[in-house]
Amino acid sequence: MSKIHVTTSINGDSVEYLCEPDESLLDVLRNHVGLTGAKEGCSTGDCGACSVTLDGRLVCSCLVLGAEAEGREITTIEGMADGDALHPLQRHILEGAALQCGICTPGILIAAKALLEKNPDPSEVEVRYWLAGNLCRCTGYDKIIRAVLNAAAEMRGA
Amino acid sequence: MIMALDQAKKDFKVVGNRMTRPDGIDKVTGRALFGADMSAPGMLHAAILRSPHPHARILNIDVTDALALGGVKAVVTAADFAPQKGAFNQDTLDNCMARGVALYDGHAVAAIAASSPKIAQKALELLKVEYEVLPFVMDVDAAMRADAPVLHAGRKYRNLPEDSAPNVSNHCEFGHGDMDAGFAKADRIIERSFKTAATHQGYIEPHACLATIGADGRGDLWTCTQGHYMVRDFCAAFIGMEASQLRVTASEIGGGFGGKTTVFIEPVALALARKSGRPVKLTMSREEVFRATGPTVSSSTDVKIGITNDGRITAGYANLRYQGGAFPNETMMLGAMTAFAAYDLEAVQTIGWNALTNRPKQASYRAPGAPMAIYTVEAVIDELCQELNLDPLAVRLKNAARKGTKASYGPTFDEIGLVATLEAAQKHPHYSAPLGPNQGRGVACGFWFNFGGNASVSLAINSDGTVAVTEGNPDIGGSRASISMMAAEELGIPYDKVRTIVGDTNAIGFSDVTDGSRVTFVVGLATIKAARGAIKILCTRAAKIWGIDADAVIWEDGAAKPSGHNAGEFPPMTLAEIAKVAHKTGGPIAGHYEANTDGAGVSFGVHLVDVEVDPETGATKILRYTVFQDAGKAINPDYVEGQMQGGAVQGIGWALNEEYIYGDDGRLQNPGFLDYRIPVASDLPMIDTVILEIPNPGHPYGVRGVGETGIVPPLAAVANGVSQAANVRLYELPMSPPRILAAIEGAK
Amino acid sequence: MVKVILWGSLRAAANGLAEVEVSATNTREMLESLIKTHPELQSTIDNGVSVAIDGQIYKEAWFTKITPDSEVVLMPYMAGG
Repeated sequence: MSKIHVTTSINGDSVEYLCEPDESLLDVLRNHVGLTGAKEGCSTGDCGACSVTLDGRLVCSCLVLGAEAEGREITTIEGMADGDALHPLQRHILEGAALQCGICTPGILIAAKALLEKNPDPSEVEVRYWLAGNLCRCTGYDKIIRAVLNAAAEMRGA
Repeated sequence: MIMALDQAKKDFKVVGNRMTRPDGIDKVTGRALFGADMSAPGMLHAAILRSPHPHARILNIDVTDALALGGVKAVVTAADFAPQKGAFNQDTLDNCMARGVALYDGHAVAAIAASSPKIAQKALELLKVEYEVLPFVMDVDAAMRADAPVLHAGRKYRNLPEDSAPNVSNHCEFGHGDMDAGFAKADRIIERSFKTAATHQGYIEPHACLATIGADGRGDLWTCTQGHYMVRDFCAAFIGMEASQLRVTASEIGGGFGGKTTVFIEPVALALARKSGRPVKLTMSREEVFRATGPTVSSSTDVKIGITNDGRITAGYANLRYQGGAFPNETMMLGAMTAFAAYDLEAVQTIGWNALTNRPKQASYRAPGAPMAIYTVEAVIDELCQELNLDPLAVRLKNAARKGTKASYGPTFDEIGLVATLEAAQKHPHYSAPLGPNQGRGVACGFWFNFGGNASVSLAINSDGTVAVTEGNPDIGGSRASISMMAAEELGIPYDKVRTIVGDTNAIGFSDVTDGSRVTFVVGLATIKAARGAIKILCTRAAKIWGIDADAVIWEDGAAKPSGHNAGEFPPMTLAEIAKVAHKTGGPIAGHYEANTDGAGVSFGVHLVDVEVDPETGATKILRYTVFQDAGKAINPDYVEGQMQGGAVQGIGWALNEEYIYGDDGRLQNPGFLDYRIPVASDLPMIDTVILEIPNPGHPYGVRGVGETGIVPPLAAVANGVSQAANVRLYELPMSPPRILAAIEGAK
Repeated sequence: MVKVILWGSLRAAANGLAEVEVSATNTREMLESLIKTHPELQSTIDNGVSVAIDGQIYKEAWFTKITPDSEVVLMPYMAGG
């Protein structure tokens, strides 16, 4: 079976690629479009390290086919900062020492951003349940949750 | 060598603050490059064929059809590797690629390099392997029986009794004192047996590497590892290269915890690169990581402890039986040494065993051997306290090891922080907070040695007064920031003027792997020494410029100054000023240091946890958790807290959910994050931390390692909390809901 | 003469003694002396041992000084973690 030609939008840029029918969006991002920020931790949708948004919806890119991106809008970690101005979430994760090895960090940032777009004033419990799909093995989550709550407060102007 | 505590140094300008880490920006923007993020032009994709049998002789591997498939460029098997001197090296290599016999479900049998991942997978299906299936054994106690299926004949340690079972590969014993007399003094004795399952480090980044070997035989390897010198030395030996021919670069690493202190795929990728003449990228899937990397041992332990009515422990005994998979290992030594390490005992005896099983070869996991050993001792002490109605922290204080105590593993302790952590826990509001129905509080203390070892550091002063530090230890916890901080502290310059990078194996001399909670201690010490070397040169240059003796110049607040009025009246010259004219005063200025460092300080910790057990579902909720740990000197408190919290949460997972589940067919049933359930954000509360600082006499700033101790107390702390909450004792980990329910039912 | 303390499972190689006396001024001399007087310890020592002197653990350093009143404890080679 021949490859599929896909036209899509990634971080606001129009992108075209060829992919196998069974290639995941994660594979496409990493191997064909040069965006290695989304990580493969499990390829079965259990760890969240591959999180991106698809038309504004938080998804595991390992569970989306590359072909499904046709005509859609994708945002990845590479699109989160505005030039060299970090998003408040990125800044708070950094300043709050909320990362150790950093492999889960892109997925957590994408997921947290999606949460705050939906709910700008989440409680600690709400943040924890929203991020339950993003595994972190290094931090024990404490500093991550604090960073997200602090970023949310800053973004609300609180 | 040992560099003693600088008693005079009291006011730190940089050290002790919470500085932002240098690699942080790349990690929050997705720019940081991890093991699987590298590519090379013309790169091939590799795939590994793995044994579906837990134990089978490999009679034949027919590669004809696989090689004939379009796009397949190379196939390797054990025949493509060099025979090794020494059992340790041969075992490590045999684990990377089965030699004649597949020893566990998932053991690598052959590998393919092809022009696309799809073709590589297709080629695997075309490899024809003839197996002769053999009987297998999975459980440690079963493996220690005389009639168990035998894995390797004749691999016993010399000190094992002649009549010990064939799979028993290692044995050790530690302790001192008269055990009979000790138990005779006790008012109450408890004997219990415990089991713990194998767990995995659970790093989110699977192993991944990119290997190239040129026609001239020189190799380049990019890999996520805790030790690129270790990788170089293993790979060079396995594929028959000299060390200088192979340059290894450590990528950013997405978690290791000990599981990446050895090699699994790197030699295979290099062999494929050599055979195909092309770069080869080899990554593991999550399933492969669980089946075929290095989980912990599983254990079966008997413990007997005697205590007086007023809480003095009179004797402690433990018999620890570990299985570490299909190759011998000495983790049981670490278990036997640490089991009673927190206690001052007149009579103590620990016996350790290792048995071979048809399971993956164990690798280190954060304080290897200690969590499962200390779990059993802390659980029995807790049970004794409950029976005698004694306060668990008071009993630990009464029996705590302190300076001058003869450790259960032999040496006499110098200054240690156990009493300080116990007292801090006792005073903390957590310890006296009220508990509700179905809730319980668990207490446990823990210990780890922490290591020294080899490190090389090079420190260059740039013409503009900034500093470049090159070191050889992959950064798994924020060590680059701490190293920059120590360099800045010594040189007296701002933190942001220092950049620390991890060089490749060609850049500087050998460094031991990042493990043993050693990097901030060892590499920090080497950095301090390298900085002092550079300072000497800076002073000499200033002396030349002023025309005075080099001994008449001192370094203070980032500048060279005459040591006194007699030396001359010259205004101080800052580092930047001296650096600016370095080329005119003799040349580039740098310091370096290479040493095998000793003097690491042991680290004690105490954990308090409140849990609630649902009597209908057996589910356990962690309500509150506080970690107390002695860091000696916290260079960067943020990262020390991070280690304490991370270790505690790994321990919580180990206590409540995580285990390797094998079927009756000897195959791993849960090789994925869905069924190998590690803690998620919604399982946990905030993890509170209290850092104690009892300086380590063996480091100029008093640093003690902190990375590992945090995983040691939680197994027992959570188990003790669950016992109090559910009003029934469990003696097996993990305490998953079905097990807790069964125990509650059984107690009715 | 220096007293060297052996861990439990090594004592069998030293006729059951927990402490052995040797003549040495540094770690290397101590290990060589142990092998001379108790040849059954050789395989363990060749595989690698660490030494604790006055409570401080030395992974493998040969030239660490030992004085007659040092507490010297043989330890398993500290590795991995």
